[in-house]
Amino acid sequence: MSLLTVEGLGKSYTADKQILKNINFEIKAGEFVSIIGPSGAGKSTMLRCINRMVEFNEGNILFNQQDVGSLNKKGLRKLRTNIGMVFQHYNLVPRLTVIENVLHGRFGYKTTFQGLLGRYTEEEKERAFYLLEKLGIHEHAYKRCDQLSGGQQQRVGICRALIQEPKLVLCDEPIASLDPNSSKIIMDHLKSISTEMGITCLVNLHQVEVAQHYSDRIIGLNNGEIVFNGTAYELTQEKINHIYGTKTKDLIIA
Amino acid sequence: MNEKTMRKHRWQSGIFLLILIVLTYLSSAITTFNFMEGMATIPEAMGWIFSNLLVSQESFEKLPKILEKLAETIFMSIAATTIAAVVSLFLGVLGSNTTKVNNFLSVFARFIASVSRNIPVVAWSLILLISFGQNSVTGFLALFAGTVGFLTRAFIESIDEASQSSVEALTATGATYFQIVGKAVIPQCLPQMISWVLFMVETNIRNATLVGILTGTGIGYTFDMYYKMLNYNVVALITLCIVITVIIVDLISNYVRKVIL
Repeated sequence: MSLLTVEGLGKSYTADKQILKNINFEIKAGEFVSIIGPSGAGKSTMLRCINRMVEFNEGNILFNQQDVGSLNKKGLRKLRTNIGMVFQHYNLVPRLTVIENVLHGRFGYKTTFQGLLGRYTEEEKERAFYLLEKLGIHEHAYKRCDQLSGGQQQRVGICRALIQEPKLVLCDEPIASLDPNSSKIIMDHLKSISTEMGITCLVNLHQVEVAQHYSDRIIGLNNGEIVFNGTAYELTQEKINHIYGTKTKDLIIA
Repeated sequence: MNEKTMRKHRWQSGIFLLILIVLTYLSSAITTFNFMEGMATIPEAMGWIFSNLLVSQESFEKLPKILEKLAETIFMSIAATTIAAVVSLFLGVLGSNTTKVNNFLSVFARFIASVSRNIPVVAWSLILLISFGQNSVTGFLALFAGTVGFLTRAFIESIDEASQSSVEALTATGATYFQIVGKAVIPQCLPQMISWVLFMVETNIRNATLVGILTGTGIGYTFDMYYKMLNYNVVALITLCIVITVIIVDLISNYVRKVIL
C-alpha cells in the first residue's frame, strides 16, 4: 500500500522557469527513500511541496489517501502533524532548552492556548524523555540548544519530528553541515526510525555513497525532473553521471 | 583584474575625500561661517562656563525640588518607553516578513513606524503642545510617539534576523500562528528586544529634558525657568543632576544587558 503518491507535480515561481516538471513517484509505508541530485535540481522544493510549506502549481499529491492540494487550513494543520520534518540547519529555538524544543513537536495536537501556556501531559513528557534517551542525548535535556554541538542539535531536531508520532519524516539534507562521524550517527538513527518504528523516511542527500548505503530506494533529480528511480544496486556509475550531468570522476568523493 | 579593482578603489576614496573637502568649504562659504573665528571664541566661552556655571551653597536649597522634578521626568520616560514597547511588539510582529499576517497589515505597521520615526521628538512636542496643552501628558505622548517608531523598526529587524528558521520548523509541525509567535519568536528575540528597550529608556531620559523645556514639564521646565531667571548656579546643579542620572541609568542598563545576553 502506498503512503505517498505524487502525480504530475509541477512548480514554478516565475512563468519562464519551472523548478519541478511532471514529477511522478510512489512511496510505500516504512520505506527509506533518498533523493539525490545536483544543487538547484529542486530537491528541497519537492520535499516542501509534500507538506505544502511550498504551494505547488500542478499535479496531485496523495498522502494517506488524502488530497494534499485541496486541504483547507485546518486540514493542512492536521496533515502537518502527521509529517515530521528535519532540517539542514536543525531550525531549533537556540535559546530554549532541549526538552522545550522537543515538546514543540506536540503543538499540532494542541489548542492555541494549551500550546502558549505550555501545558503538556505526563505521557508527552515521558515520551519526550524516552526519545531523548533513545537518541542518546537525555543528559542534555535541560541544556540550552545553543550549547550543543551540531550533531546533538540535529538529534534534538529528530526527536522533535518523532514526538509528533508522524507517519512520514521529511529530511532536508540532514547531514550537510555535519562532520563524517556525526553524519553516520544521524543516518543510523534515521535508518532505525524506519526499520524499528516503521516510520517512512524521505531524505534529501548530497552524498551518493550515503544514499546507496542506507536507502531502500533512490530517486535521482536533475533540473526539476526525475531521471532515476530504483534501488541502490540499479544505480550504476553511468546513471550517477546522468543524474549529476558530469563524469563522477570529476566529482571529488571523500 | 584584482590589482585593477584595488587601484580603482584607491581612486574612489581619493575622489570621495576631495568631494568632502569641497563640500565643507562651500557650505562654510555660503553660511559665512569662519572656522578660525569660531575656534577663537572657544577659550572665552569656556571661561564663561567655568565662572558662571558653578554649584553654589545656596543652590543646594533647591535640591529637593530638583530631585522631585527629576524623578517625575525619569518615571515619565520609563512609562512612555515601556508602553511604547508593548505597542511596538504588536507592530513589530505584524510588520516582520517572517511573522506577518498579511501584506496589508505589514505595510500598515511599517507605515506607522516610519511616520512616527521620521518626525523628530522636538516636532512631536510642539505639535502635541497645541492640542494637549502644557502638562506632562504632552511630554509623555511626545516621547511615546517617537519611541514607537524606533522600537517597531528595531523589533522588526530582530524578529527577521533571529527566527526565520524556527518559524519554518514550527509551521511544519502544524503549530498555530500564536503558538509560533509566543513559543519560538518571542523567546528567541526577547534579550535583543529588552536591550533595545533599555537603550530607548536611556535615550528618552536624555530627550525628556529637551521635551520638558518645550512642553513645560518635568526637569526641563525647571531648567528653563532658572535659566531665564539668570540663576546659573541652580542651572549648573540641575545639569549635574541630569548627568549623574544618565550615567547611573547607563550603568544599570549595561549591567542588565550583560546578565540577559
